[in-house]
Amino acid sequence: MSTEAVLHANVGTAGAQDVHHAHDAHHGDHHHHESFISKYVFSMDHKMIAKQFLITGMVWAVLGGLMSVLFRLQLGYPDSTFPILEDLLGKWAKGGRISAEAYYALVTTHGTVLVFFVLTAGLSGTFSNFLIPLQVGARDMASPFMNMLSYWFFFTASVIMLSSIFVETGPFSGGWTAYPPLSALGDASPGSKTGMDLWLVSMALFVVSSLLGGLNYIATVLNMRTKGMSMTRLPLTIWAFFFTAVLGVLSFPVLFSGFILLIFDRHFGTSFYLSDIFVASTQQALPNEGGSAILYQHLFWFLGHPEVYIILLPAMGMASEILSTNARKPIFGYMAMVASLFAIAVLAFLVWAHHMFVTGLNPFLGSIFVLLTLLIAIPSAIKVFNWLTTLWRGNIRFTPGMLFAIGFVSLFISGGLTGIFLGNSALDIHLHDTYFVIAHFHIVMGVASMFGMFAGVYHWYPKMYGRYMNNTLAYIHFWVTLVGAYLIFWPMHYQGLAGMPRRYYDYSVWESFKHFTELNRFISTVAMVVFAVQFLFLINFFYSIWKGRKVTTQNPWGATTLEWTTPINPGHGNWPGEIPEVHRWAYDYGKDGVEYIPQTQKIGENESAHH
Amino acid sequence: MTTFLIIAVIVLIFLVIVQIAKASEYVSVLKGEKVAQQQSNKINAFLMIAFLVLGLIGVYICNEMYYKDTLFPQGSASVQGEKVDSMFMITTAVTGIVFLITQILLFVFAYKYQEKENRKVFYFPHNTTMEYIWTGIPAIALTVLVAIGLRNWFEFTSEAPKNAIVVEITGKQFGWIYRYGGKDGILGKKYYKNIDEAGSNQLGQIWDDEANHDDVVTTQAMYIVKDRPAKLVINSRDVIHDVGLPHFRMKMDAVPGIPTTLWFTPKYTTKEMKERTKNPNFQYEISCDQMCGNGHYSMKGLVEVVTQAEYDAWLAKQKPNYYAAFPDKDPSNAKQPADTAAKSATAQVVLAKKTKI
Repeated sequence: MSTEAVLHANVGTAGAQDVHHAHDAHHGDHHHHESFISKYVFSMDHKMIAKQFLITGMVWAVLGGLMSVLFRLQLGYPDSTFPILEDLLGKWAKGGRISAEAYYALVTTHGTVLVFFVLTAGLSGTFSNFLIPLQVGARDMASPFMNMLSYWFFFTASVIMLSSIFVETGPFSGGWTAYPPLSALGDASPGSKTGMDLWLVSMALFVVSSLLGGLNYIATVLNMRTKGMSMTRLPLTIWAFFFTAVLGVLSFPVLFSGFILLIFDRHFGTSFYLSDIFVASTQQALPNEGGSAILYQHLFWFLGHPEVYIILLPAMGMASEILSTNARKPIFGYMAMVASLFAIAVLAFLVWAHHMFVTGLNPFLGSIFVLLTLLIAIPSAIKVFNWLTTLWRGNIRFTPGMLFAIGFVSLFISGGLTGIFLGNSALDIHLHDTYFVIAHFHIVMGVASMFGMFAGVYHWYPKMYGRYMNNTLAYIHFWVTLVGAYLIFWPMHYQGLAGMPRRYYDYSVWESFKHFTELNRFISTVAMVVFAVQFLFLINFFYSIWKGRKVTTQNPWGATTLEWTTPINPGHGNWPGEIPEVHRWAYDYGKDGVEYIPQTQKIGENESAHH
Repeated sequence: MTTFLIIAVIVLIFLVIVQIAKASEYVSVLKGEKVAQQQSNKINAFLMIAFLVLGLIGVYICNEMYYKDTLFPQGSASVQGEKVDSMFMITTAVTGIVFLITQILLFVFAYKYQEKENRKVFYFPHNTTMEYIWTGIPAIALTVLVAIGLRNWFEFTSEAPKNAIVVEITGKQFGWIYRYGGKDGILGKKYYKNIDEAGSNQLGQIWDDEANHDDVVTTQAMYIVKDRPAKLVINSRDVIHDVGLPHFRMKMDAVPGIPTTLWFTPKYTTKEMKERTKNPNFQYEISCDQMCGNGHYSMKGLVEVVTQAEYDAWLAKQKPNYYAAFPDKDPSNAKQPADTAAKSATAQVVLAKKTKI
């Protein structure tokens, strides 16, 4: 194979490599005698940490998904009772019907864990960790130790979040955005008592985890690229992970500060967010005056909006890579793709108040945020058209990864376009906090990013475990999930257009919203089917780790990037010999009639103009 | 029992699917990986085009089924809302075109360029002209949408007309309190520490402020007048709520400590709306649109849109809240000879309140 030939050629020219790499090669040899603990638990190997993030993310995805099934049960079958729920949930589902308290706790925890634990840690934590060193040509992260800490902070955050479900007053139940005063006052909602403290501690640890990870990703991308790997030769995955990390590092601290102030308001009598409050349950006026509940929303959404792109960009990067590899065609408009990622990353910081159009903010300020918000549609449009052009006149292989990448593009279009409705403040007034919003962000951020994650797992599974996942199961998983996702969320737009508010436990007393009973039932039923089908993926994933078809070639997808120049089961240090040198960009597919040219191959003498 | 049966059936189905999947993998090994891959590639390519066609049919059917359940067929109940509706239609048209083009291209390309043995791919890394085109067209379309949107936005958020009825609406866990300025039309000052539910002062009105003496407070419904602008002064007593008025296409948060406002001009009375929607139970409902606690879903308010004459008659019947707090000041009570009885009643209320605390 040409790849191996190139690899050997590079090893032969070791003298040309710099000292740094030679040292790394030597360093890589030390890791043969690893104990179980240092290999699987407190591992400093980025590949193992990636798997830890992935599997923890999967656990949370199952829990978060199960929660959505439970509250969809209430929405779809508000008049029915399910005795099994009382067996499982006890006082939270007396008589087999989920209580309002439990419903809001489920909604809140579902949102929190899906956004942060699954689609941030599970997505970025997995693939940034796994792919950055492999694709830039590094032995490991800049700081493997910090990387390990990053996972264990996340793990601790997970344990604390999980424990909050079991406290007597219940987990936090004020919505994942945790707006004060509701989140600040235990007397206003039982979930805002101990549950909220645990929620805040868990989230604070999560921010630490995210920062440790993010700094590492940035340092690795900037400093540890192999020889010849200039920034403009990076695969788009790496660009996406890089911008994701920058977004996280700049915005998570703001969220953290918001949380600190909230902790102060909760426990130390400050009035950052509190003013003019009379608590009905205790018949007492609180002493706090002069605070602004809106301040929290500014701090929250200053992270909250970039967070959307922290979730979405990795999926975009992976979709770009997988589409190009499996269309056997270079990604169209590489520089435009990088520029649009950059534009999205910059704009992500300048649009947060579009979540706050109806808080009574200054209309002039609102108008600026309308303008900046709708600007995001331009780089998004560039990306979509470039993906489409990448497929055009390609030679497409429908691997499971490719299917999910195509599904990602479809969902990104559908969900992105509804953003144009919501970003326009005058129209947002009507749609704000209705099911239209739920449909919008679930499609564009939730399901689309989930598709990016699935695409990544299927595509890089051979590199992770040296085996393939079962294709038939993957195809069933893909088609049911794609159809199901549209069946669930598409009709929700119509509910939103009827003004149906989100986060309602029961609509039966509302003359304006009660006519959707049947549709609610339909959506809930489909949601359960889609949830069940995810177990096919889980079975496939874990079964294939041990029993999957073995990978027999180094480069099963015929890809150009560096991770496929490592051995089938790379050890700690990734390359047994020297790190290969890079001579070209990552997308030479179909050039001069050659199916693909790995990045490690030197530019041929008669080759047409190169990138 | 049935639960276990259901679980058993699901597990069984899963086992069958997994077994089939495993078997198909063995078959593909026997057939040769290449042949198997070509076959599954064809199937998936076909499914791509099938998904597109069925999906677009589904979009149409969904619209047929549920458009009637949205608020558009009955039209906006406010003058401002008409602009929201027309904006919605324009945005739907623009995004709808983009949606159709991009989704069709995506799945048609996927189908058309499925792997073929002898296909040569087109090495096409970039094309500046094309990229300019699809940067420029969205930019122009968005400029138009932004222009329409901002014109409406500034109109909606502008100062309410002078002849507007001013109603104060205050959210609390879990209900709405409405207050009218009374004869003088001025809402009296209030301070949240004066809130005293047992003493009939649920808003914390400052009784020293005489403007408060004629203010009407009610929790029944918000009365406003057809064709006359209504300005809502929005407050919250505890956590953040939101005054959601879907029929009028209006919405505004109720934030403790920071009053907000919104205004609109209702077009149809409640009675007219019952006829328009052919629903005798029709009500203009106020939905709380901001998560406010475990009773969030039940925080329902009502708007009664009436004619000016009906409004005047209604308002005339309302007693200022001042008299509820101080029954002895109520002229209708004062006429009674047993003035002292009223006073002792007040004392009892005060006593009751104290024991509660």
